[in-house]
Amino acid sequence: MSKRSAFVLIGALLAAVALAFAYVGGWLTPQRLGPARMIRAFEADNGQHPGFRRNHAKGLCVTGFFDSNGAGTQYSKAVVFATGRVPVVGRLALAGGQPFQADTSRAVRSLALRFSLPDGEEWRTGMNAIPVFPVNTPQAFYEQLLATRPDPATGRPDPARMAQFLAAHPESARALEVIGSQVSSSGFANSRFNSLDAFRLVAAGGSVSAVRWAMVPDEPFAADDAADTGARSPNYLFDAVMAELQHRPLQWHLMITLAQPGDPTNDATVAWPVERPQVDVGTLTLEHAQGEDTGACRDINFDPLVLPAGIEPSDDPLLSARSATYARSFTLRSRESKPPSAVQTPSVLNGVPP
Amino acid sequence: MNSAARFSALTRLLHWLMAVLVLAMLFIGVGMVSTVSPRYHGLIAIHRPLGIAILVLVIIRLINRVRNPGPALPAHLSRLERLAAKASQWLLYALMILLPLVGWGMLSAQRYPVVLLGAVHLPPILPHDAALYALLRQTHTLLAYALFATFIAHFGAALVHALIYRDGVFASMSPWRRRAGRP
Repeated sequence: MSKRSAFVLIGALLAAVALAFAYVGGWLTPQRLGPARMIRAFEADNGQHPGFRRNHAKGLCVTGFFDSNGAGTQYSKAVVFATGRVPVVGRLALAGGQPFQADTSRAVRSLALRFSLPDGEEWRTGMNAIPVFPVNTPQAFYEQLLATRPDPATGRPDPARMAQFLAAHPESARALEVIGSQVSSSGFANSRFNSLDAFRLVAAGGSVSAVRWAMVPDEPFAADDAADTGARSPNYLFDAVMAELQHRPLQWHLMITLAQPGDPTNDATVAWPVERPQVDVGTLTLEHAQGEDTGACRDINFDPLVLPAGIEPSDDPLLSARSATYARSFTLRSRESKPPSAVQTPSVLNGVPP
Repeated sequence: MNSAARFSALTRLLHWLMAVLVLAMLFIGVGMVSTVSPRYHGLIAIHRPLGIAILVLVIIRLINRVRNPGPALPAHLSRLERLAAKASQWLLYALMILLPLVGWGMLSAQRYPVVLLGAVHLPPILPHDAALYALLRQTHTLLAYALFATFIAHFGAALVHALIYRDGVFASMSPWRRRAGRP
């Protein structure tokens, strides 16, 4: 080989490796949906709110514990299901990227939890008070963000774009109908929070069960029937749960729903039949609320893929997308300075009657 | 350097094993942060234990390097080339140690569990501090790009030795012996 052709060969080899690296990193495929693009879509819809979570931006830290009754050990070897108590740090929030949005009956409420297990493992889960999720793929989630982007002229989403989105995603149209038909409960305390995504429980013997889970409130259901007229405090949901926690702990039962063969585990827009067996595996008790500016939940990324051995992700494509996007949101907000959150713990102490 | 002067079998094994692992790690890292596809979970689940494996291997390799320095560089190289060779090698070692440590540290600073396999996980090595996480997260990316650039330089230099200088430097680390009768 001549020196010249050797140099050409070396240059070609180095360029090939560098190009492969650039391709895998997404620099050659700008249309690829990555966490950065997803976050930019959130920011375009909601405006810039440095320091805040890009979704579920308005929230409140809560702390308490989980008492496992041991019933879950039949399905999962996860330490969290062994009989006993583990500490929990959580966050009550409203879905959406607006940290100063006013509470309304239609706002989607969420509960995120981190269970700290005795062997040093953790379980993190983020649940929503809706029966199904509006989309079943990350791409559809992104398209929904584009479709609900406020029109700069009107400040409101363009109905034509939403109609277009729903026509392209009939599964989302069906899911939104189910979500819309649900009557909101009167507050966080009597909300049922659903995992929506499916997971796999792995038992000590190796058997695998496809499941979804929910935190089912002990507080009796009451409808949120007041009209969203603006007469209510913009933080009425958070103020109420803080006031309740001043009085007494709030409890939920962790109910695990077992799928039957054929129940979709990769489609969060579809509810499983109501007759599916449910197992009560323990009780969540929330004792205290803290504003998130100083609360224990502030620097926790409630990544749904932080799972103890014995709980595994399903084939639901939303799980990886949530994990990747939450990581990006956490990285961004951790280097930004943040103005005070809308919900402050003292507000309940300084005037709002319990 | 004569053609018989080679690094020891252990050194060559460690070199090529780590070459594969580090390159795989760089591609996994840059790939996983650029996607929301279901591949993300699998990639990140490999990334953490693989990083720790590289940290353990590079420590073994450094000890081996001190005990078995290997053949000297050939005499024809200029002072600048010698300096570049030495500096890039130590830069590679430094980056291979720092990247996993910064990765472990950044997960520690955001109290994200460093799961190796199943219930086996590593303890945090830094306090829970979001600002520290932000700094280390950025450092991790910059060090990874630096490692990729250093790898490209190292790979290019190895090819120059193999195809242009033909001075035995590549052969001294090559996994196979040169066939007899060929230059």
